[in-house]
Amino acid sequence: MPEYEVVIGLETHIQLNTKSKIFCGCKADSWGDPPNTNICPVCTGLPGVLPVLNRSVVDKAVFLAAAMHAESISSISYFARKNYFYPDLPKGYQISQYDEPLARGGTLDLPMPDGSSRRVTITKLHIEEDAGKTVYQNGKRLIDFNRCGVPLVEMVTGPDLRSADEAAQYLIRLRQLLRWLGISEGDMEKGQLRCDANVSIRPIGVETLSTKTEIKNLNSIENVRTAIQAEVERQIREIDAGKQIGAWTLNWDEDTGILAKMRSKETEADYRYFREPDLLPIRLDDEWKEEILADLPELPLERRARFIEQYQLPLYDAEILTDERSLSEYFEQAVSAHGGEAKVVSNWLMNDVLRMIRESGLRAGDLQLRPEDLAGIIQLVEEKKITISTGKALLDRVEESGHSPLELVEEEGLSQVSDEETLRSMASEILSANPDQVKTYKGGKTTVIGWFVGQLMQKTRGKANPQMAKMILEELLSENGQKET
Amino acid sequence: MALTIEEVRHIAQLARLKLTPEEERRYTEQLSDILDYAGRLSKIDTTAIPPTASVLPLRAPLRPDAVRPCPPQELILRNAPSDQEGMFRVPPVLDT
Repeated sequence: MPEYEVVIGLETHIQLNTKSKIFCGCKADSWGDPPNTNICPVCTGLPGVLPVLNRSVVDKAVFLAAAMHAESISSISYFARKNYFYPDLPKGYQISQYDEPLARGGTLDLPMPDGSSRRVTITKLHIEEDAGKTVYQNGKRLIDFNRCGVPLVEMVTGPDLRSADEAAQYLIRLRQLLRWLGISEGDMEKGQLRCDANVSIRPIGVETLSTKTEIKNLNSIENVRTAIQAEVERQIREIDAGKQIGAWTLNWDEDTGILAKMRSKETEADYRYFREPDLLPIRLDDEWKEEILADLPELPLERRARFIEQYQLPLYDAEILTDERSLSEYFEQAVSAHGGEAKVVSNWLMNDVLRMIRESGLRAGDLQLRPEDLAGIIQLVEEKKITISTGKALLDRVEESGHSPLELVEEEGLSQVSDEETLRSMASEILSANPDQVKTYKGGKTTVIGWFVGQLMQKTRGKANPQMAKMILEELLSENGQKET
Repeated sequence: MALTIEEVRHIAQLARLKLTPEEERRYTEQLSDILDYAGRLSKIDTTAIPPTASVLPLRAPLRPDAVRPCPPQELILRNAPSDQEGMFRVPPVLDT
């Protein structure tokens, strides 16, 4: 039985987060809105209307093309009509791009969890309008046109992915990039990122592509992984049984986990693409292009590499800190305010600040606890002005109150108690109040010291310097013992 | 550049038109004539002319990304032959 290589290409549709639709002023995001409330004569294709292109759609698509390292971003591109009949397509055609798209070529290098890297090529990138939504209800078919005319970017990869895991990884990195660039939330469950997968297998060593199947309706990254895996296994079974793979379109049913064959697809020529007569070409002159690209940030994987290099961070830290752009910026601001070792700042961020971000649902940049505040708290701990536990509590106090750490330390008297006299007299009180525990300690069970330290911490409301507390207690307990003998 | 009757049937199917056999014959003839007429263009020598994607020197006018109010749902649903819960109701799926 031969060994097979899996060949996968993904066709993704990305919903851009513009305020208005691509060719009219209707609100683009209809999440939670009643059906058919964000529509107008233009997006529902009533006679006599003309589409007018939303500038921001071109801005965002060009931004993405540049971030995908497109070989060419066209200075002139055209819209085309893709003709087909479907109830959720009111015009009878979709305005898309075909032979002269906005951008061609491009790559995304996927770091894989095992340390390897997979280069995924992008064949083309174009902009188009979305269709409406069909709702099936007790055998009835109901149409909501709110989504008609929402701007989409279609991006197609080459047949470069070699496993279901790689396909999932591509979508994870793409989603990260979309959020990083601020052009889409990329939430698959909300349809902001959609994916069809082309899957085929071939004996290892063979260079030509075999017949592929196309899986549709994949609405989460987990579904993409599961469905591709199931399809690969099916193809292997078929071929091992001496059968042929048909060029089917398969529908993934999330509830049953079953791939079902869909009706035979119309061939591409049947879409009868032709130039959209209602729209003039998009002319992207150098001035406009430069204006857009001036805002292009350092990309997530580049920043990850720089964090490892510049701050000597482990890959694990760099990966988490560059997961989201705002967090990575927060980290760098805190490091520069702190001025000390970056790894210390990373630890505080990953242990405590990330917890606050998760609990609040805020982005790092939206916390009341500013990067300078975090740096200030770390410094207070490092200078032993406050204990670590006070420092951690202070993070939440700053977040709640918006006051600076130093203000709070002064207002609430949180300074660490390192004054030996104060600690010594408090410790004496504890010893006299607890003769039983003193006896236990003297009896040789010295581990009870932890309990005494705890008592002292409680008495100082967590402000005692723990090392000093332990030292004083041990000293007093041994004196105490000597006196009794 | 004669079209075959099968091609005419295919085009009619794409346009969701139901043609009688007599119409199929007539349109095969007429569409072929139209193609022949347009086909005269391919006889012109264009070797010295660069490929042209559009003859319009203009550029698409652009709109700022601003939301404008939409007409009320009731108004739009007046175009629906049948509606339910604010949505257009259409006949159930027929596989073609």
